[in-house]
Amino acid sequence: MSKIEHFMPLLVQREEEGALAPLLSHGEVHFLWIKHSNLYLVATTSKNANASLVYSFLYKTIEVFCEYFKELEEESIRDNFVIVYELLDELMDFGFPQTTDSKILQEYITQQSNKLETGKSRVPPTVTNAVSWRSEGIKYKKNEVFIDVIESVNLLVNANGSVLLSEIVGTIKLKVFLSGMPELRLGLNDRVLFELTGRGKNKSVELEDVKFHQCVRLSRFDNDRTISFIPPDGDFELMSYRLSTQVKPLIWIESVIEKFSHSRVEIMVKAKGQFKKQSVANSVEIAVPVPSDADSPRFKTSVGSAKYVPERNVVIWSIKSFPGGKEYLMRAHFGLPSVEKEEVEGRPPIGVKFEIPYFTVSGIQVRYMKIIEKSGYQALPWVRYITQSGDYQLRTS
Amino acid sequence: MTDSKYFTTTKKGEIFELKAELNSDKKEKKKEAVKKVIASMTVGKDVSALFPDVVNCMQTDNLELKKLVYLYLMNYAKSQPDMAIMAVNTFVKDCEDPNPLIRALAVRTMGCIRVDKITEYLCEPLRKCLKDEDPYVRKTAAVCVAKLHDINAQLVEDQGFLDTLKDLISDSNPMVVANAVAALSEIAESHPSSNLLDLNPQSINKLLTALNECTEWGQIFILDCLANYTPKDDREAQSICERVTPRLSHANSAVVLSAVKVLMKFMEMLSKDLDYYGTLLKKLAPPLVTLLSAEPELQYVALRNINLIVQKRPEILKHEMKVFFVKYNDPIYVKLEKLDIMIRLASQANIAQVLAELKEYATEVDVDFVRKAVRAIGRCAIKVEQSAERCVSTLLDLIQTKVNYVVQEAIVVIKDIFRKYPNKYESVIATLCENLDSLDEPEARAAMIWIVGEYAERIDNADELLESFLEGFHDESTQVQLQLLTGIVKLFLKKPTETQELVQQVLSLATQDSDNPDLRDRGYIYWRLLSTDPVAAKEVVLAEKPLISEETDLIEPTLLDELICYIGTLASVYHKPPMSGPPLTTSSVQMGAVDLLGGGLDSLIGGTNFVAPPTAAVPASLGAPIGSGLSDLFDLTSGVGTLSGSYVAPKAVWLPAMKAKGLEISGTFTRQVGSISMDLQLTNKALQVMTDFAIQFNRNSFGLAPAAPLQVHAPLSPNQTVEISLPLSTVGSVMKMEPLNNLQVAVKNNIDVFYFSTLYPLHILFVEDGKMDRQMFLATWKDIPNENEAQFQIRDCPLNAEAVSSKLQSSNIFTVAKRNVEGQDMLYQSLKLTNGIWVLAELRIQPGNPSCTVRAPAPTLRPWSLPFVPCQGVVLVEDAVQASLQAWLEPESVRSLKRTFLESFHIHPVRLPR
Repeated sequence: MSKIEHFMPLLVQREEEGALAPLLSHGEVHFLWIKHSNLYLVATTSKNANASLVYSFLYKTIEVFCEYFKELEEESIRDNFVIVYELLDELMDFGFPQTTDSKILQEYITQQSNKLETGKSRVPPTVTNAVSWRSEGIKYKKNEVFIDVIESVNLLVNANGSVLLSEIVGTIKLKVFLSGMPELRLGLNDRVLFELTGRGKNKSVELEDVKFHQCVRLSRFDNDRTISFIPPDGDFELMSYRLSTQVKPLIWIESVIEKFSHSRVEIMVKAKGQFKKQSVANSVEIAVPVPSDADSPRFKTSVGSAKYVPERNVVIWSIKSFPGGKEYLMRAHFGLPSVEKEEVEGRPPIGVKFEIPYFTVSGIQVRYMKIIEKSGYQALPWVRYITQSGDYQLRTS
Repeated sequence: MTDSKYFTTTKKGEIFELKAELNSDKKEKKKEAVKKVIASMTVGKDVSALFPDVVNCMQTDNLELKKLVYLYLMNYAKSQPDMAIMAVNTFVKDCEDPNPLIRALAVRTMGCIRVDKITEYLCEPLRKCLKDEDPYVRKTAAVCVAKLHDINAQLVEDQGFLDTLKDLISDSNPMVVANAVAALSEIAESHPSSNLLDLNPQSINKLLTALNECTEWGQIFILDCLANYTPKDDREAQSICERVTPRLSHANSAVVLSAVKVLMKFMEMLSKDLDYYGTLLKKLAPPLVTLLSAEPELQYVALRNINLIVQKRPEILKHEMKVFFVKYNDPIYVKLEKLDIMIRLASQANIAQVLAELKEYATEVDVDFVRKAVRAIGRCAIKVEQSAERCVSTLLDLIQTKVNYVVQEAIVVIKDIFRKYPNKYESVIATLCENLDSLDEPEARAAMIWIVGEYAERIDNADELLESFLEGFHDESTQVQLQLLTGIVKLFLKKPTETQELVQQVLSLATQDSDNPDLRDRGYIYWRLLSTDPVAAKEVVLAEKPLISEETDLIEPTLLDELICYIGTLASVYHKPPMSGPPLTTSSVQMGAVDLLGGGLDSLIGGTNFVAPPTAAVPASLGAPIGSGLSDLFDLTSGVGTLSGSYVAPKAVWLPAMKAKGLEISGTFTRQVGSISMDLQLTNKALQVMTDFAIQFNRNSFGLAPAAPLQVHAPLSPNQTVEISLPLSTVGSVMKMEPLNNLQVAVKNNIDVFYFSTLYPLHILFVEDGKMDRQMFLATWKDIPNENEAQFQIRDCPLNAEAVSSKLQSSNIFTVAKRNVEGQDMLYQSLKLTNGIWVLAELRIQPGNPSCTVRAPAPTLRPWSLPFVPCQGVVLVEDAVQASLQAWLEPESVRSLKRTFLESFHIHPVRLPR
């Protein structure tokens, strides 16, 4: 019996005991696993392996497979098992992760079976280069870079309305259509940089923690806060940052959920846009929890529409466009069965989803993007800003 | 067209058909056939019969086909080693192919074929590939050295591959450097003492340069390797830290965590007064917080590590309490870890917020989480004195919810709060008493009884309350019975007039109707105390109790330091150090004492000559194999028994030089004519002279302590070895260890203090007067209840009764009596431990049948039922018990004292599986 055959029974057993953890052991073997749709990706080791490396590698593997097969599920593994073997071979050797950049992998591991003719199907030098994420000889007629600044707001409010946690997680995503090996430099209104260069604190943003794609020269950033890099081709996430400055919650919710046992539940929700009047929040969705045995819903909304989603035990109140400074109201009424059910239910929080375009909560700005390539072409950077909800939860009482 | 079709052929005669297809002239058909073979192999069908046919397809110019054939070879070569040789030629040829992809593929695959004959052929191609012009081939060859080392370490050394691998650390290509580092680290792990990685300022500099250029994975290999380096001074430590810090901004969580490991470790060397020290501390917090936005599994690893980091350096995250607040949709394993860290970070400054959160969690639905939240409130009360009142009132609110498990958990923690703040919150007792009936968990019942007994004078109907528990006395768990006994005695001492009958009742229930030795013993103590000297009884039973300490679950500092060096790895997730040698397991923790008589004996009396495995440097807490336990002395098979003393295990390395700045310590234990000694061998493997040696033991189960200072007469020069015999006594302080025979040792020299732990063989504790009087043996033997017995068989024991007897006697296990029942020899054996505890055993030997059965009942010392036997051990134990009686009788200390005293009464055989 091979070791992996112990995995599923062990998993099931732990699940029944309610002691499921991402790390299971059986005898001397440790299983580190993650789940993706209906698949388990499991790494086994009997040594004191680097656990964080293993989990990051498993997630990277999913990413690569998804790039190759669009979706990763049992079917796609079956349909592509030959290529799965080839990929696993390149991704990891004797337990050491190797090349995991799918763009580069696609240069020498292709869906079509490759005929081995002289000169073709060689290892791209990129694989072992210091710049292992971009190949040489890329050409575009029009050289452009699109920059998306996306800020997600994470919020946790307790039942009596005080904000427990409010943080902004921003990401800067690039879509790069540039020829050759361009050198890029991104300028932000970073407070530390402003202080270093004596520009004062005006209109600058203090980034609490910054994380970069591996193309960015980290030592340079550590030294003088310059974000310089040779980008990969196409889409990628250049950086992410986090700040926990207290901002007014963009959409504030007040709710009253009254439960009359054996008869009904009455819900009143008030939503208020606490951002500037010129901005508009789009696709706002407010999910309010209801008991799982509720029935016969009735709604009244001052704007938008409400829908009962019984499989998630929530009412979803959707508002297409929600201008800043406005306040809206929703009432819902549910019947409850006269026989109370046995098991106790948790008290899920109210969740809110929204998007506010052309706006960043933190006030971060792209001041410039310098693009230098030895052929000397002119390239245009384009910038877009958007703020959206992240993990946005308001606890109910 | 997808590949899934290859999985669908399940006809009969499939193998036959495939064979034909594999030998087809058409290339396309051949390839299709190989794919079908691989598909079958993938789903676990045996297609090994096709070996020669598949290998025939190996010579192809189609890369995809070649890869598939290689895959097949990796899977089946081991089962068909002779045929695998057929493939060697193609491998060797492929290693010379003009295409680097093919060369690399060949060397990678060859390394995965674990067949001796193949590895011989691998050496030459590997040597070439390690010097290949293409970095892709070199990086693959570097890994191949590690693979080969795993199959045949000697071969790798003989062929000089290790040196070539070391050279690759200076390679111009960063990926090659990274893989060489990974391979060397892997190899070094199996040779802890070798100086394979040979880290010095020059090589460190090379690694730090490569760190900036290699892939994320390569960065992790390099950082993990750096963490093993010990900088020569604080300046070097600082300069490495400065060059590692930028990695904290890497998008990959694993890179961040490995960088944190290096920084946390090297920070030790920096002076706290340094400005840089403060800067570094500040830089660590944000990346740790960001890890909590990663995927849940990575969050879990991060949280387990943060748990260590906040114990080591609480200042880093002291302002970050909020990020550990639990979210509704966090997986339960994340929730529980966050809760743990919240308690560790709780302080006067943030306690209000923490309590509000904990109260919120205590009303959730997940039972485990809720219980832990309630416990957390209690821990906060004990940790942050100013918050105690608030915590108590929060707990009372929770009791009002009447949710059964919440109430019980709350009562358990309130008991602890009473222990910490006596005479402060007794006003809540009335509320607690209201919930008496709903308590069905032993721990909660015991806690409630303790409260009633402790405050009996303030509870009017204390006697009624306790009496109500007494009705079902025999159905209660031991914990509750013991508590009830103590509670009623306390009540009696406080209100003697009304409760005489009650106390009589409980004493007789405990002493006459119970099979439980703990309960009976405690009952007798009380009975004797009460009947001989009521005043003394009062002083003992109602004495002031020691306050309980606040944080009982902190990791012991030396272990914590060790775990900090393992940040990011499995050891840091389990909070257990890994073992060099056998891998870490969680399940075998309890091995220690149990195995002393069990498996060990079995294998030893067995036919083969047992060589004790080195217990070297194996952290005992993980359940190291106890080769040198009782087992060795039962080594009945080797011809002559040692005359002067018992079995002596060969010296094993206890402290490898790598872990002790060049000092290597190996040793063993001996017992000779009544005296125990620790035979040490100290070797100086450093470049400087060592002086000023000293040794100390931590408290241990049998009070082992050095009887004389460690005498090293002259300074120990480099490469010099000295042998010392250190006499030991057994009068040191006692603390139950896990496993029982674990000994933690600290050795100091002019360089530093080093810690290691080792397991001593129990037989060094068997005293020379361990032969029990026949009468007493008989009486004791009869007295032993059946359930306290364990028996096991020893196979292939070719000795007769005489030989066994004399063999055992040389190790102070004495034959008290011998008889012959139905052709079987029965030997009755006794032994006595240094702390006066007797162990009895019966051996049954059938002549002609090479096996003997041992029946070893629990050691029985009933000082109060056998008062007439003048026995030194009894006196010793009685003294000890008397001295700590007051503490012993309290619920808090029963747990810990039981560990120290009572459990050593019932060593090993009690817990042997029957």
